Amino acid sequence: MMNKIWGFFIISGSIYCILTGRIDVLNKEILESSNETFKLIVKIFPVLALWLGIMNIASSSGLLNRMSEKLSPVLTKLFPDIPYGHESLGLIASNIVVNMMGLGNAATPFGLKAMKSLQKLNKKKETATRSMITFLAINTSGVTIIPTTVISMRLMHKSINPTIIVLPCIMATIISLISALIIDRVFYKRNTNA
Amino acid sequence: MLNTISNLIIPLMVLLIVIYGLYKNNNIYDSFTDGAKESIPMILSMFTSLLGMMLGINIFLKSGFLNFLLNFIKPIFELLKIPVEILPMALMRPISGSSALAILNNIMSSFGPDSLIGIMASCIQGSTDTTFYVLTLYFGSVGIKKIRYSLKVGLLADFIGIVTSIIVVKILF
Repeated sequence: MMNKIWGFFIISGSIYCILTGRIDVLNKEILESSNETFKLIVKIFPVLALWLGIMNIASSSGLLNRMSEKLSPVLTKLFPDIPYGHESLGLIASNIVVNMMGLGNAATPFGLKAMKSLQKLNKKKETATRSMITFLAINTSGVTIIPTTVISMRLMHKSINPTIIVLPCIMATIISLISALIIDRVFYKRNTNA
Repeated sequence: MLNTISNLIIPLMVLLIVIYGLYKNNNIYDSFTDGAKESIPMILSMFTSLLGMMLGINIFLKSGFLNFLLNFIKPIFELLKIPVEILPMALMRPISGSSALAILNNIMSSFGPDSLIGIMASCIQGSTDTTFYVLTLYFGSVGIKKIRYSLKVGLLADFIGIVTSIIVVKILF
């Protein structure tokens, strides 16, 4: 799937550029993307290191495990493949809670740490597990209750009511989250039956 | 009120973790530095996947091919009385977070943040996440190559989220 889409992006974009005579754009973008990736990595790196450090305190002091045990009854329904009380449940919960508050940048390190923890349970190291896919289905569909970036942008544009979008956002988020979980189940069932 | 809660959550979390660590008599400083070290291999494996994704997305987006495709979908939007200007935003949202944000900024400056389309675009931005970025980053960080059905799930959920945003905003405003 990723192969086809990546190929489609590059082939369709390149051909369209050549047909419309904008080969300079194409040249620029090919070189520019490495630069842009580097800038992004430089932005993520320190935040990631910081939060992985703090999470490690929580992990070695046993706080994470305690939290995972408390959350297990609920979360193992969503993630039936994760053993009861496994530390990844605590990490998944932290990622979701921080994401809900609209703090996407701080949520990413928890999510990455959760992936690392889920990878430990994975038998085929290069293939995504069911739990990973469910976790990312939740993440990609978005769980934000307070969309901080959007609100601050609305403030910047002098909106009379910057937070008016919170209610419709929550409604849309809930519906897309539930759909994501249902779609995830359907695809999982279909994949295991086939 | 909501802002205060959201501002407090991170500091409180750090405080709680540090206090609990000290209470359990842990080497909290060593734990911190050891944990932070884990970021280095993660960043290295993320870099290559992000680089690949960025190359594909940049060529695709900057070529203008997407705008060309939009011409074919426009009539459907006009028929449903949905502002056509929302379309680039909706298509961009799952692919590139920063481009979607740039479009949102444009919509707000040309139509105003409180216009129907301004609210619609805000809602789309707020209620979904950048599927391609999330999948690349998260799977890339642990070296997963076979992502199975995850992209399909992510994109379908995005589609539902965007359609719901449009419908909810049309009903409420």
